[in-house]
Amino acid sequence: MSVLELVRNRAGVSWLLLVAATLASWLVGAEHGTGSLVAVVVLAIAAVKIRLVGLDFMELRHAPIPLRAAFEVYCVTLWAVLSGLYVFL
Amino acid sequence: MTSVATRRIPGEQGTWVFLFGDMLVFAVFFGTFLVERSTAPEIFDAGRATLHLNVGLLNTLVLLTSSLCVVAFLGALRTGQGAIAARAVGAAIGFGALFVALKIYEYVLLGLAGHGPGASDFYLYYFILTGLHLFHVCVGLAVLVLLLTQARRTHLSAFRTVAEAQGRGRQRAGPSDTRMALLEGGACFWHLVDLLWIVLFPLLYLVS
Repeated sequence: MSVLELVRNRAGVSWLLLVAATLASWLVGAEHGTGSLVAVVVLAIAAVKIRLVGLDFMELRHAPIPLRAAFEVYCVTLWAVLSGLYVFL
Repeated sequence: MTSVATRRIPGEQGTWVFLFGDMLVFAVFFGTFLVERSTAPEIFDAGRATLHLNVGLLNTLVLLTSSLCVVAFLGALRTGQGAIAARAVGAAIGFGALFVALKIYEYVLLGLAGHGPGASDFYLYYFILTGLHLFHVCVGLAVLVLLLTQARRTHLSAFRTVAEAQGRGRQRAGPSDTRMALLEGGACFWHLVDLLWIVLFPLLYLVS
């Protein structure tokens, strides 16, 4: 078995999604200026990315519900607070 | 859907208190950065424009790949493949070192262009936030080296194989589970380093 075979699973798929999301946020952020909506979208992509890292790299997908819920709340709250600070301040 | 019985905490419980604490501290830093930005958005936008976006992008991809290697490391260890686990974590260390090198390269470029920490509030925050993160990367690299030494202890891997566990009639609890929990905790710390950069990259390089 090779290293490659060990990542042909959900974590491997998540890595592909993370790379795609990184490139997407780079294109959106780099090519379309820095309006409020762009910032909110870029921060939302970041929140989705950290959720994937938590669930599939840190293995929180199969963690006890309170631990997983705490992480999910962190992702959503971080996005909401940072977006709010950017848009309303 | 995972049943309640099969759900388990990755690593030790205490590890998660530390990880969440770190995540909350950084969340406050991220918020503070945006509050400061609101006081002088033009200065922050001008500063952001001088950053090396492609280096930041490359660093994001480097850390993501490093994290995937750590996932492979745990997978190999759990299936009793110590040699592959060592290769995987070795690759993770290599990518982590590449991140450090790229970060230093960017620091030097900024310094040479006169954009040191004292140039403006933006650069002050940029160097504090990325410096704190870089410190985490260095601690994470030390943790990965520890994981590498564990991967080379092949008896650990062999001990964990399902066949052996069943053959010896062992329960899951025991010293090897404690050690695995420590390794999982170490792996989670490296993923935390990745997670923090995933927020820092858009915050500093894309959202001015």
